[in-house]
Amino acid sequence: MSESVSVKMNRPLHWFAVLTALFTFLLLGAGGLVTSHEAGMSVPDWPNSYGYNMFLFPPSQWIGGIFYEHTHRLIASGVGLMTTILAMWLWFKDSRKWLHWIGVGAFLLVVVQGVLGGLRVVLADAQLGIFHAIIGQLFFVLTCAIALFTSRWWLAQESSPSDRINSQTAAGMTALRRLVLATTALILCQLIIGATMRQQHAGLAISDFPLAYGKIWPDTSAAAVQSYNEHRLNVIAENPITAFQIILQMVHRIAALAICVLTVTCAWQARRRLGKKDSLAKLALVWLALILGQILLGAATIWSNKAADVATAHVLVGALSLVTGALWFIIAFRRSAASPEFVPATTISGAYGASPAMTANK
Amino acid sequence: MNKISLVLLIAVLANIPVTQAADIIGTVTLKGTPPPEVPYAPLMNDSTCSAMYTSTPTTHFYVVGLNHELADAIVSLKGVTGKSTGANQSPVVLDQKGCLYVPQILAIQTGQKLMVKNSDSCIHNVHCVPAVSGNPESNQVQMPGGPDLTYTFPQPEMFMKFKCDVHPWMFAWVTVFDSPYYGISDKEGKFVIKNVPPGKYTVEADHRKLGTLTRDVEVKDSDVTVNFTFDVK
Repeated sequence: MSESVSVKMNRPLHWFAVLTALFTFLLLGAGGLVTSHEAGMSVPDWPNSYGYNMFLFPPSQWIGGIFYEHTHRLIASGVGLMTTILAMWLWFKDSRKWLHWIGVGAFLLVVVQGVLGGLRVVLADAQLGIFHAIIGQLFFVLTCAIALFTSRWWLAQESSPSDRINSQTAAGMTALRRLVLATTALILCQLIIGATMRQQHAGLAISDFPLAYGKIWPDTSAAAVQSYNEHRLNVIAENPITAFQIILQMVHRIAALAICVLTVTCAWQARRRLGKKDSLAKLALVWLALILGQILLGAATIWSNKAADVATAHVLVGALSLVTGALWFIIAFRRSAASPEFVPATTISGAYGASPAMTANK
Repeated sequence: MNKISLVLLIAVLANIPVTQAADIIGTVTLKGTPPPEVPYAPLMNDSTCSAMYTSTPTTHFYVVGLNHELADAIVSLKGVTGKSTGANQSPVVLDQKGCLYVPQILAIQTGQKLMVKNSDSCIHNVHCVPAVSGNPESNQVQMPGGPDLTYTFPQPEMFMKFKCDVHPWMFAWVTVFDSPYYGISDKEGKFVIKNVPPGKYTVEADHRKLGTLTRDVEVKDSDVTVNFTFDVK
């Protein structure tokens, strides 16, 4: 991607984009609390709340699970409004056509997300809850990307790229970018597995860590699963566990290990290729710290018998892990593209394309 | 009819074997030590619900008597379907009291009404989550003092879950049978399956945590006793 004429930064637009991303993160947390408290169906109607217009539902009625579900809906409405404003602002005030369409995409995605959430309740369909969780994460990535695209740094890369990767490094960066992309894709798969686990509403399929029912690989025979269910006494989420759910959690653990190894490799490679003072090398270290924190939170989720706040923190750090990988890739691509000797190894750059001459802040 | 005909009729009738339905009775016990019950900590963290208690209530997954009697086992005739009399039976009542479902284990017939009451002073939502196709999932608001909610189910199902998402610790499990031949063990472990026609049957005992046991019996013209002993593995 390249803009042949530099675009002047629209500071209020950028900060509004940042605010939208922050509120989206808050919304992810609110949504995480809904599932962690098993409150997803506590408000049986939508878009009303117990027959009231959702904005007029009396706070005195926000009891138990209703508090989590209803505040989630209110925050979601706020994020929907902010996204609409952001999309319009981008369309009318930013000169980059490709960013107009990303704004439209964000608007459409937030509408889809809202409808999915409503249908999940109205149709009582837990499967829709899985899609709702994943799209929420992807929407968060999109809002963070928009914040990046409207930033001073991004716009400066064309006119006076201060962060250009030199030609010698750029050639080796392709492999690292691919590794980061693959790791980010694996994180997304991990989030899908996590969302699937949470929507089983069966609590913890495996109640110990790092072992699994006292073994490296748990016994999933019918007799063993029967025994596990006899000894599991859950106050909430009281569905019996199945062999499938136990195996799913084991896959989740193995994927976590793989992601850890991959992010260590990414951080090491970034430091080696770019030097320890480079911002991407530092970002890769932040990414690694997030992954290590995420593993600790995963263990804490099990040790705390899936305490709602711990499980929700696990969801949020998962979201941050996904966003960090995505932004790392985009930034690296941008810096490599700013290099005069850069020759894109893939056709991804074609998606951005050269834009016609632009004027700043129409 | 003259006297001779009457005597002949009586003689004929006396030689026709008459069979009667009988009851299957028995006791369900538990061998081994079940895990300790869990306190309803989330209930006590809710200001409305906790006000109804002076101490933290606990779960009742295993209701075991001093002599190992096991309550809440559903005992039924396996494979007997199409004999439901549910439409003619009185409704079975499921109440919400103290932010808990009472009772937690109950059984009805297909077509029989299940009436859900809200005896609490707070909102509940009654969320029925069947696993068998044909039994409708539903999620309804029930305001305090509001009208009873009524359900019927066309398909047999074991331990269909009723829950409240406002108070996510609230569960009840309703088993639906397609015949009247079932009983639930009481606190003394005793159950009765009434008026079983003569024949050979497999009697099945199901406990929500302990699984299933079966026994083969033959019912003739007197009550049959069959006992079950579950093992905690």
